[in-house]
Amino acid sequence: MTALLPRRGLAQILALIVILAVDRVVSPQFFDLRLQDGRLFGSLIDVLNRGTPVALLSLGMVLVIATRGIDLSVGAIMAISGAIAASLADSHGLPVVLAAALGAGLVCGLWNGFLVAVLGMQPIVATLILMVAGRGIAQLITEGRIVTFSSPGLVWLGNGAILGIPMPVAIALGMLILTGAVVRGSALGLLIEATGGNARASELAGVGTRAMILAVYVWCGVCAALAGVIAAADIMGADANNAGLWLELDAILAVVIGGTSLFGGRFSLILAVLGALIIQTMNTGILLSGYPPEFNLLVKAVVVLAVLLLQSPKLSGFAGIAARLRRTKA
Amino acid sequence: MKGLPPVLITAFVLVAGFALCAVQFPNIASTRVVGNLLTDNAFLGIVATGMTFVIISGGIDLSVGSVIGFTTVFVALAIERWGMPPLVAFAAILALSAGFGAAMGAIIHVFDLPPFIVTLAGMFLARGASFLLSTESVPITAPVYSTVSDFALRMPGGGRLTAVAIIMLVIVIGGALLLQLTRFGTNVYALGGSRQTASLMGVAVGKMTIKIYMLSGLLAGIAGIVFSFYTSAGYSLSAVGVELDSIAAVVIGGTLLTGGQGSVIGTFLGVLIQGMIQTYINFDGTLSSWWTKIATGVLLFAFIVLQQGLVALARRPAAKRAGAAT
Repeated sequence: MTALLPRRGLAQILALIVILAVDRVVSPQFFDLRLQDGRLFGSLIDVLNRGTPVALLSLGMVLVIATRGIDLSVGAIMAISGAIAASLADSHGLPVVLAAALGAGLVCGLWNGFLVAVLGMQPIVATLILMVAGRGIAQLITEGRIVTFSSPGLVWLGNGAILGIPMPVAIALGMLILTGAVVRGSALGLLIEATGGNARASELAGVGTRAMILAVYVWCGVCAALAGVIAAADIMGADANNAGLWLELDAILAVVIGGTSLFGGRFSLILAVLGALIIQTMNTGILLSGYPPEFNLLVKAVVVLAVLLLQSPKLSGFAGIAARLRRTKA
Repeated sequence: MKGLPPVLITAFVLVAGFALCAVQFPNIASTRVVGNLLTDNAFLGIVATGMTFVIISGGIDLSVGSVIGFTTVFVALAIERWGMPPLVAFAAILALSAGFGAAMGAIIHVFDLPPFIVTLAGMFLARGASFLLSTESVPITAPVYSTVSDFALRMPGGGRLTAVAIIMLVIVIGGALLLQLTRFGTNVYALGGSRQTASLMGVAVGKMTIKIYMLSGLLAGIAGIVFSFYTSAGYSLSAVGVELDSIAAVVIGGTLLTGGQGSVIGTFLGVLIQGMIQTYINFDGTLSSWWTKIATGVLLFAFIVLQQGLVALARRPAAKRAGAAT
């Protein structure tokens, strides 16, 4: 468990508490929870529920970024898997639908991983291809329409509840625990970090860096596909145009807020998910406060800049110099 | 000369593609269609010219689409609501967008941050700012707009070379000259080749970075003005995703995304290829417009693989020579 709970992370937890407090001021009922039809309702649950897609994306993204990569195609993968799930939902059983949608995510991830690990492309460029083409593919699957469905199984995935917890939240929690157990319960996390820290040195030290890179892109694709299925189940339809639009940026933002360096080499799953929750808490707060939702983008921009400046190697350089000066004075 | 082979391949793809289109739909090979192609893609050509400089220098600018959106809204509001004369509004927005680009360049250089994420923040900021100005479409009725929209040079065959197309061609030619013939252009290539080497050779890396992103911001501003001429309106959601189209055009045009190689002319050809695919789909009528995206993706893939191959080929003799020397 100590491996899952990061030493750093105080800043993120404090930020979340501050934003929650602001939300409480803006909307006095913010912390109210009530149980109805075996499901919890309230603004907090809403934050968790709405934050699920980005939280799932950030689970995959954080591993990709830990290898010094980036995956721009997750929004497009969401659109593809959502389109597949929606088109199959009414004619096939839930297991087939899920297998097809997640399988599509796996194939997309393999493609990205192949381009980066085997062909040696820059991750931004490699995933840009699927980001551009993927939405077109999703449109072909839905034939340009918004496909709706009424399959109770799939709808339950988006709107049902288990032990009072909404299904999307339960799924995201399950994925977090699964990913954490696999990555931190074994040496895998360390190997991924080693790949991001210095791929060549790791290769020489016997780490299968290509396999690592391939694996993280595949996992990222699967997480994105799951997010796409949940997003489609939530609205009982697939909109290839808008499903997951710009969510890749939110996912990257969540990872960056979570303190994972874009230069690779270290990562924290929990903090990335916390980053996704911070973003969603801000969004919900802005909505509740009655400001136009357009403020979201401005607030996000300011947050990205602030976090970046804190992460900047130059600034930590200054901090290091300041610390050294203080030491010499003492 | 090293950047030449990919450009030749781009030119070949364009000519061959155009010939194929013309065989199927003879009407495509007319100056009317070509004129429309230039007009419809004028803003993309302008913004992709700026992107070419940024990418050759080893950076990337994701904010350009948002800057175009902001520009259209700002220009529309300035002229229609705030009563600014159009030329003053243009000057103001160009100063603003150039300053915005320069600020991003400064942050990238001073704090040593990845351009990708800094310009991503810039993208959020510019789009958010345009939403703040107005969320609805603002029509522009100033007389300058109808004058400019109506202006066109007649080409033989009935085609019209519109004002926005002329602006784009002038900027593409100017950009090509700036990149190939000036010290500024040489420095851009040097930065993309190796930042450290360039710095050791006496290139003022910081100043260059700021100037390059300033140029990209300025051209995005001009593209925004052209876009507002094209649609006679300002809308905060206009030009969403243009940053991707322009990056795709730059890559298809043979510019190396890792920097150091490329050309403005190649980018121009890349823009024309994208426009050609769109035109073909319009002529065909039965294909869904989503094939544009898929075709662009396939072309992107093909060109990136090609470049990887060329780079690997270029490195191999060097490695062999190094091996022989030791």
